[in-house]
Amino acid sequence: MEVRVQNIRKEFGRFPALNDVSLDIRSGELIALLGPSGSGKTTLLRLIAGLESPTEGTVYFGNEDASRKTVQERNIGFVFQHYALFRHMTVLDNVSFGLTIRPAGRRPPKADIRKRALELLDLVQLSGLEKRYPAQLSGGQRQRVALARAMAVEPNVLLLDEPFGALDAQVRKELRRWLREIHDRTGHTTVFVTHDQDEALELADRVVVMSKGQIEQIGTPDEIYDTPNSPFVFGFIGQSNILPVRVENGQLWLEDRSIGVSAPGEADGPAQLYFRPHDIELLDGGGCIAGIVVQTRRVAGTRHVELDIGTANTKVEIELPPEKATSDRSRLAFRPTRWKLFRD
Amino acid sequence: MTARTASLWQIRQPSVIPGFGLALGVTLSWLTLIILIPLSGLVWRSSALGWTTFWELATDQRTVNALRISFGTAFLAALINVVFGVILAWVLVRYRFPGKRVIDAMVDLPFALPTAVAGIALTTLYAPNGWIGSLLTPLGIKVAFTPLGIVFALVFVGLPFVVRTVQPIMEEIDKEVEEAAATLGANRLQTIRRVLLPGLSPAVLTGFALAFARGVGEYGSVIFIAGNLPYVSEIAPLLIVIRLEEFNYPAATAIAAVMLVISFAMLLIINMIQAWSRRRYGYGA
Repeated sequence: MEVRVQNIRKEFGRFPALNDVSLDIRSGELIALLGPSGSGKTTLLRLIAGLESPTEGTVYFGNEDASRKTVQERNIGFVFQHYALFRHMTVLDNVSFGLTIRPAGRRPPKADIRKRALELLDLVQLSGLEKRYPAQLSGGQRQRVALARAMAVEPNVLLLDEPFGALDAQVRKELRRWLREIHDRTGHTTVFVTHDQDEALELADRVVVMSKGQIEQIGTPDEIYDTPNSPFVFGFIGQSNILPVRVENGQLWLEDRSIGVSAPGEADGPAQLYFRPHDIELLDGGGCIAGIVVQTRRVAGTRHVELDIGTANTKVEIELPPEKATSDRSRLAFRPTRWKLFRD
Repeated sequence: MTARTASLWQIRQPSVIPGFGLALGVTLSWLTLIILIPLSGLVWRSSALGWTTFWELATDQRTVNALRISFGTAFLAALINVVFGVILAWVLVRYRFPGKRVIDAMVDLPFALPTAVAGIALTTLYAPNGWIGSLLTPLGIKVAFTPLGIVFALVFVGLPFVVRTVQPIMEEIDKEVEEAAATLGANRLQTIRRVLLPGLSPAVLTGFALAFARGVGEYGSVIFIAGNLPYVSEIAPLLIVIRLEEFNYPAATAIAAVMLVISFAMLLIINMIQAWSRRRYGYGA
C-alpha cells in the first residue's frame, strides 16, 4: 500500500524531532531512512506506525487518513532492533500471535493460522524450529522470527527499525541480501531505518537521507551517491574531500594557484569544493592540486594516499590503484574529475 | 543442572578467582551450623517418637485444625498479595507521580516493623469497637479474632515479598515487547494477559512462595488478632508454643515435623516449576 507523509512535525517537549517532513512511499517499494543518530529517522518510522502521534501533519495509507487511527487499527508490521519477541512463547506462537488475538469474527480457523505461520517460517528459512523458544535461537534467527511475526498479519506496510543493528557483520550481510529476496517475493511496501550507508545503498530502491529532523535528499542509491544535493549528503555518504576554493572567471583557484578545473557559469567568490577520493586523475604538471604524501594505506583493492597540500593547511585523501607504489614524502599532483561546489 | 555439575568438575582446575576452597568451606560449615543441625535435630527427635505415637500426635484434631488454619490462611494471604502486590509493583515501576518514593519506602514497613506492633495495630483497628471493625460489625463481618483476621495480618506481613520480587523483573520488561504486541493488533487487555503476565510468572511465583512461607511461620502479628480459639483460629506455631509450655515435647516436635515436611514439599514444587520455566524460556527468577 502507498504511504504518504504530509508536512509532519513532531516535538518532544519543546525539542523538535521532525520539522515539516513530507514523503511519498510507493506501493511495493523498499525504502531506506538513512541518517546519523538524532536525525529523526526512527521518529518518522514510529509516526508511520502510529507508535507516536504527530504534533502537526498527516499520514495517509492509500487515500485514507491514518493519523487518527491507533497502532492496532493501522495494521502494520513492525520489526524492532532488539527483536522484541515474546520469550515465553514458542517460535510458532510468536508468529501466530497477531492472528490468534483477532476478534472471533476476523480470526481465521486454528488450522489455517498454524498453516500460515508454518509457511512464513518456511519463507524465513526457519522450518523445523517452530517449537523452540526465542532464548534458544541466535540473533539472526530471532530477527527472522520477528520478521515472520510482522508479516503474518498481512500488513499494509512493513516497518523495520535498524533491523540488523544488533547483529554481527557477517550475519548482517547475509540477512541484508535475504531481506531483499523476501521483499522481491512478497512485494510488501517496506520502510527500514538504518545508520549504515552501505546497508541503505545496497538494499533500498530509494534512500531518504535525513539530518536534524529534516529530509536532505530522496533518491535512488545512484542519485544519492553520484549527485548529492547538499554538503551534508556529500559528507555523510561515502568518502569525501573538502577544499576551500575561490571562483574567478569560471576557474577554480586554491589560494594563489589555479587547479585546472573550470566551473563555467559559477559566480565569482569563495566556495567549498567537494570531491570523492576516487574521482581524480594523476597529472605531471600544469593546473593541478599538488601535495606531499604523508601516509599510504592499502585497503582491499585500492591504495589510499593521504596528501599534505601545504598552503590550505588541509589533508586530502585520494585513492589509487594498488600497483601505483608511492613512497612517503614524494610529490603527487592530481585534479578532481568529478566534483561539486557548495557555497555557505 | 548441567551448569552445576560442570562447576563441580571444575573444583580442581586453576582459576583466576582465588579462594574457592575457603569460601565453599565457610559456606558449608555455616549452613550446617545454622540450618542443617537444627533441622536434623528436629527430625531425630520426632523419629525417636516412633511411628504410631507420631501419627497419633500428628492427626490429633486440634493439631490438624491448627495446621489447616496456618497453611490455609497463609495460602489465601499469599494469593491476595500476589494480586495487589503485582498491581502495586506495576504502579511503582510504570508511573511517575508525586509521593512515589514515599510509597516505595512504605512497602518495606512490614519488613521493618516488629510484627507484634503490627499485630496490636491491626487488632486495634479491626476489633469490633475499633475504627474499621466498628464499620464492619453492622455488616455482619467479623475480622478480629477469626481466621479472617489471620489472613489480614498475613497479607500485611507478606506484601513486601511479592512487591520486591516482582518489581525488578517488571523494570526489565522491554517497552518494545508491548509495542510489538500493539503493532500486531493486541489491545491493552490482551497485551497484559498474553504478553506481560506470562513473562512475569516466574517472579510472581517466587513472590508467592516467599509470602506463603513467611505466612506459615508468622507468629507475632497473628496471635494478637487471631483470638487463638482452639480448633477455630489457633495457628500451628502457637500450638507448638502451647505444647512446649505444657512440657509436652513429643507433641510439639510432631507438629513441627509435619510443618517442616509440608513447607519443604511446597518449596520443592515451586522450585521445580521455576526450574522448568527457566529451562524452557531461558530466564526466570
